Amino acid sequence: MVRAGMFRLLANWRVALGGFVVLVFVVAALGAGWFSPADPLEQDLMLQLEAPSAQHLLGTDSLGRDILSRLIHGARVALAVALVAGILTALLGTALGLAAGYLGGWPDMLISRAVDIWSSFPPVLLSVILVALLGTGLHSVIVAIVVIDWTRFARVMRAETLKQRHMDYVDAAVVGGLKPGAILLREILPNVLPLFVVLLTLEMGIAVIVEAILSFVGLSLSSDVPTWGGMIAEGRQVIYQAPWIIALPMAALLALVLGLNLLGDGLKAELDPVLR
Amino acid sequence: MIVRQVLSRLLQALPTLVGVAVLVFVLVRVVPGDPIAMMIAPGASPDDIARLRGLYGLDRSIPEQFAIWAGRALAGDFGTSISLRQSVMSLVLARLPSTLELAVFATVIAIALGTALAVFGVRHRGRLGEAATDAATGFALSVPDFIWALLLMLVFGVLAPLLPISGRLDPSVDPGFVTRFYLVEALLRGRVAVAGDLVAHLLLPALALALPLAAMIGRVLKSSLAEEMLQDYVMLARVKGFSRWRIILGEALRNAAIPAVSLTGVQFTFLVGGTVLIEKIFSFPGIGNLAIDAVINRDLPLIQGLILVFALMFIVINLGLDLVYAALNPRLRHG
Repeated sequence: MVRAGMFRLLANWRVALGGFVVLVFVVAALGAGWFSPADPLEQDLMLQLEAPSAQHLLGTDSLGRDILSRLIHGARVALAVALVAGILTALLGTALGLAAGYLGGWPDMLISRAVDIWSSFPPVLLSVILVALLGTGLHSVIVAIVVIDWTRFARVMRAETLKQRHMDYVDAAVVGGLKPGAILLREILPNVLPLFVVLLTLEMGIAVIVEAILSFVGLSLSSDVPTWGGMIAEGRQVIYQAPWIIALPMAALLALVLGLNLLGDGLKAELDPVLR
Repeated sequence: MIVRQVLSRLLQALPTLVGVAVLVFVLVRVVPGDPIAMMIAPGASPDDIARLRGLYGLDRSIPEQFAIWAGRALAGDFGTSISLRQSVMSLVLARLPSTLELAVFATVIAIALGTALAVFGVRHRGRLGEAATDAATGFALSVPDFIWALLLMLVFGVLAPLLPISGRLDPSVDPGFVTRFYLVEALLRGRVAVAGDLVAHLLLPALALALPLAAMIGRVLKSSLAEEMLQDYVMLARVKGFSRWRIILGEALRNAAIPAVSLTGVQFTFLVGGTVLIEKIFSFPGIGNLAIDAVINRDLPLIQGLILVFALMFIVINLGLDLVYAALNPRLRHG
């Protein structure tokens, strides 16, 4: 059953292509120490802004560091933030969305109102303010993403839970004497899980972008950890002399984000019985 | 009537503004990080530090600090920026006009581009033209504005160096203008060369802000326009022999506009928020760029002042939007 389902999913070109792109980045990030041809921090001031060559496949940056190695190590930060921030956002938003949709009444009103107010703030501005308050660093970036983006999950999960709550199987469970908590966890949760996976994939794409933006403006990790956003900021300084230095991390960022979006869209089409 | 509506909305907005002020003031002070430590030279004596603390009022309790700050703020004095050593008010007033010009210019581009996409898509319905517009909007939406900005910069600024990629005006040009609304003033004074240079500098950052919004407007407007084209009055106009272009532009577009207008309204706030990043990328001297530097330098008075300015802007924008809706939709006028 599961295996047949996997094959059906992979037959969707979006899932297959998006999944492949994401997989490449995951493998590169996990084996960063193994794949990197050089130490991403090792400077060689005799070899600044070198064009791609046999020794440095993608050239060197303004401090003579190997760009390919920095890209591979940058994938680690990008994926770590995507995974941790994505999952935390998903858990918080889903818990609140399930509660609002299932309980109704004042909890629903409170949560829905918070979602409305929250999502009327421009996200980039809000994340900069949050990092200003929390101080720079990876943990602030993750907190900022969770605090800003939980509304995406809460809104969709609430609507889905509302829909599920009025289905026959829930009525049957109520008649069967199951407690509300048990109905929510054992009956409704498994049915909203596909939606959860789709939203999580899309959220990971957003988290990758937010981390890149914050490290680009200098509000994420310190400059001795290679990040794509930091590399883009450094490339911006030498854009006329060596445009590939900004182009390479941009391409990596775009590929990962498009890969995640493609995977999410494909999963949505496959897992949503209405769309299929 | 309108005047009373505006006044009552402004009064309603007042508590929001006070709430934002209190919240920001308290939050900024309870989080760790010492702004004085950022500005002194290493090796300053404890006496010097204490004197600076007193100078910026940081040695008093938080309610006391707030009372002093609020009293001065009401008189238009938002304190002195710690990192730039200038009055917050004059810094903000000097930078705000360029951000407003950027945001409005971007919105105009987005509306023009979005409308063109929608009309083109509907005009070529069921043909290759429609598929091409759908693909274009889909692509514009899936690439975030951060990447758009960098792509535009790389392609039109570096690979084909057609447009400048940083600043607001060529540094060698001194317009000697009275106001900071350079573009408006250049146009009013008929200084074509200066206006051209300003537009050249605005084009790439504005395009980066406008592309995702243009795609959204295009998508919404296209579907409502397509619906409108099925209405009886369109059929009647065609029977009368009006050309398709005339029907779309002269009749259907106005009726189809309302959903797109309310979308643009909601998204305009986000566009203004997005200027923070875009200004940083293009080294554009607006309040967004100022805000990021203030955050990096932990410049408390400046951060506070800027957040209040953004809050005030959003309140004014929403008020303006309500008035636009009322003008477009007569049913809302006496709500």
